[in-house]
Amino acid sequence: MDVVLLSRLQFALTIMFHYLFPPLTIGMGVVLVYLEGMYLRTRAPIYETAARFWTKIFALNFAVGVATGIVMEFEFGTNWAVYSRFVGDVFGSALAAEGIFAFFLESGFLAVLVFGWDRVGPRMHFLSTVMVSLGSIFSSVWIVVANSWQQTPAGSHLVAVERGGAGLLRAEITDFWALVFNPSTVERLVHVWIGAFILGAFFIMSISAWYLLRGRHEDFARRSFAGALLLGTVASLAAAVSGHSQARNVYRHQPAKLAAFEAHFTTGRGDLSMFGLPDTRARTIRGNVAIPGGLSFLLFDDFSTPVLGLDRIRPADRPPVVTSFLSFRIMVGLGVGFVALTLLASFLYWRGRLFTTRWVLWLFVFAVGGSMVANEAGWVAAEVGRQPWVVQPPVLRGPDGEWLLDRDGYIRYATTTITDVSGRSREVVAGLRTVDAVSEAVTGGQVLGSILLFGTIYLLLGVLWIVVLDHKIRAGPERMGPHREDDLAGAAGALVGHRHSMTESGEAAP
Amino acid sequence: MTLNLIWFGLMAVLLAGYAVLDGFDLGVGMLHPLARDERERRLFVNAIGPLWDGNEVWLVTFGGALFAMFPEAYATIFSGFYVAFVLLLFALIFRAVSLEFRGKIASSRWRRAWDWGFFGSSLLATLLFGVAVGNGVLGVPLDARGVFSGSFQDLVGPYQLLTGGLTVTIFAMHGALFLHLKTEGAVQERLGRTLWHVWGLFLVLYLLTTIFTLLTVPSASANFRHYPWAGAIVVANVLAIAYIPRALFLRRYGRAFLASTLTIGCLVFLFAMAVFPNILLARNDPELSWTIYTAASSPKTLGIGLLFAGIGMPFVLAYTGIVYWTFRGKVHLDGQSY
Repeated sequence: MDVVLLSRLQFALTIMFHYLFPPLTIGMGVVLVYLEGMYLRTRAPIYETAARFWTKIFALNFAVGVATGIVMEFEFGTNWAVYSRFVGDVFGSALAAEGIFAFFLESGFLAVLVFGWDRVGPRMHFLSTVMVSLGSIFSSVWIVVANSWQQTPAGSHLVAVERGGAGLLRAEITDFWALVFNPSTVERLVHVWIGAFILGAFFIMSISAWYLLRGRHEDFARRSFAGALLLGTVASLAAAVSGHSQARNVYRHQPAKLAAFEAHFTTGRGDLSMFGLPDTRARTIRGNVAIPGGLSFLLFDDFSTPVLGLDRIRPADRPPVVTSFLSFRIMVGLGVGFVALTLLASFLYWRGRLFTTRWVLWLFVFAVGGSMVANEAGWVAAEVGRQPWVVQPPVLRGPDGEWLLDRDGYIRYATTTITDVSGRSREVVAGLRTVDAVSEAVTGGQVLGSILLFGTIYLLLGVLWIVVLDHKIRAGPERMGPHREDDLAGAAGALVGHRHSMTESGEAAP
Repeated sequence: MTLNLIWFGLMAVLLAGYAVLDGFDLGVGMLHPLARDERERRLFVNAIGPLWDGNEVWLVTFGGALFAMFPEAYATIFSGFYVAFVLLLFALIFRAVSLEFRGKIASSRWRRAWDWGFFGSSLLATLLFGVAVGNGVLGVPLDARGVFSGSFQDLVGPYQLLTGGLTVTIFAMHGALFLHLKTEGAVQERLGRTLWHVWGLFLVLYLLTTIFTLLTVPSASANFRHYPWAGAIVVANVLAIAYIPRALFLRRYGRAFLASTLTIGCLVFLFAMAVFPNILLARNDPELSWTIYTAASSPKTLGIGLLFAGIGMPFVLAYTGIVYWTFRGKVHLDGQSY
């Protein structure tokens, strides 16, 4: 069995499942900080109730995110050993920073956040919330730095190493800050954060809208909804701005990827396809509805400037077009939908009609699914569009900024020279192809077995997540203030049958 | 060169930190069937409730540091031990799931099922760690390119199962001591009696492992000829083990816990001494081993990593201290408990 294909499948399965949770915790973390901050300032019990309720849900998401995150760290080594040898030195500093500055911060203070309500004062609890939120944001920084280096390497050089007579390449760091601020880091990080804020806001709006529709916990739901709506509206608008600027950056550094996003087969005026399905064999988009010159305009503010097409990319270096095109369109389409929906809701809120316009609330109950899909689709586009490379070599340009083309008229990627033991040197491309990146020691059967095992436990995890989430939402926010059951006798009386657990306490469902 | 040595030392510190901290919560998992009723089962779970997640971060950081500072060793070990790592991940996820979900539905059958899941996954994870240590001491088959060339059967021989068993007993002892500190009354009394049994079992396996290692794995003790001062660690280890029954007899359980912490620290140090200067010994031909020099990242990366570790470690110790201080004392079941 094909180890590469199976390992890619496994990576897609595990990362896509994992990535449902980190953006949720990043987005919700910000809201928790806001709620607890408001509670500290106003001491209004409604904020404490809200913070306690969302903390329980946050903790559930966080726990699943951590459990599935360990898999990711191990998977680089188990399935992608050649890749790990290639990137280890460059990822080293970023990973060290992530472990030391982010992981410990998050999981240490999470304990106080979840279990410490009755053990520490409100100020200390607020501090813990801030720390957990900061930790989740820090960890997104380093992982995006590492991934951006794979897209647009900088601050590193390639070194030949000799292993058992074979000359192999590995990347080594030359300039830490150039590596951190490689050409795509900032654009991508901002976009990832915005995606997370949108998801966090839509998640909270979904649950709040459901309460409003059922006429339960209305005061709580209105406040939560209004706060999340502000975050969601700002983030949706920001996503459009950031996405536009990022697309220009992708074209500058990864023209093959942008051509795949847009199924732009032939160099020339770039049309912006709104609907359609690319046909790579016929080099056209079936059922295409396009704005003529739209892509040229988005990239150059001019409707006729030529855009580099897939015909300028060597066939072996072209990304899969259909997946890139569709995932990119799904993300952008949903993003436009979020702008429309949040602007509509903000308008209704301003007119005082939002909480009585039931169809809009119903839309919000389900829109959270769309924001999950948008986050996933964005990453699918980013990762599939980078293929066939796992580390893309930089694209060469002349002093005038024009693409350097080779004899066949294809764009050129950077190369490097390696010399083997016998003193023979050869020119190799300065990147790593996905097909060359998998572990040498692993068989297809092993990977298939692990896919089945992970598939089973993730299915279980997913079902349990939904069951428990549903349970918590039905139970609702507690109305009572803080309560203590410090003595064992009291606790013993409240045992089996009592709904006490990490994330639910107090008021039972009415 | 010095940087490689320092990082090898830091890896040992991270491993010792992980073994000491997650050691007691894995131990609690393995002792969980000793709890007699629902209240005791919840007490056991909540004794480690706020702590186990933070303890596991030490493993994540150990894995990350290995990837970052010794990528060649990381790649060879993780891809070579494929089946073992997949099983370990399965056990760790299943364990987290069992802890999180056992209390969510008030049905005794539901809870008993997750309780057995918690026990089984704790046992499996501990056994796998112990087997990994055994393989570290023995070495594994590597080819000329430094890639694992054996099969799963090469990784589970009698020696590795012995070190696996040793790890199970030491974590069980460590966990029992921790639980004894966190509980009161009848359950604490019972744990006091259990402690004698697990200490006895541990002692037997410790002696067997020592004899087996000295007789059949000459590479493991070779370093003591070059570094005689390391003998002091052996003495400290023996004293710590011998102190445990004394402390149990005198009912000074806090000191017994410190002694078992010291025992684990010494054993990790001895493990590091057994492999040094390799990170991964090639069983078939020592020349093919990955050493702390051949497996390492560039000096620049080691330097930057060390800078981060220097800045971050005080913070890590501070958070760990804050969390352990916040949740000090006997376990109380309250509204936030599992």
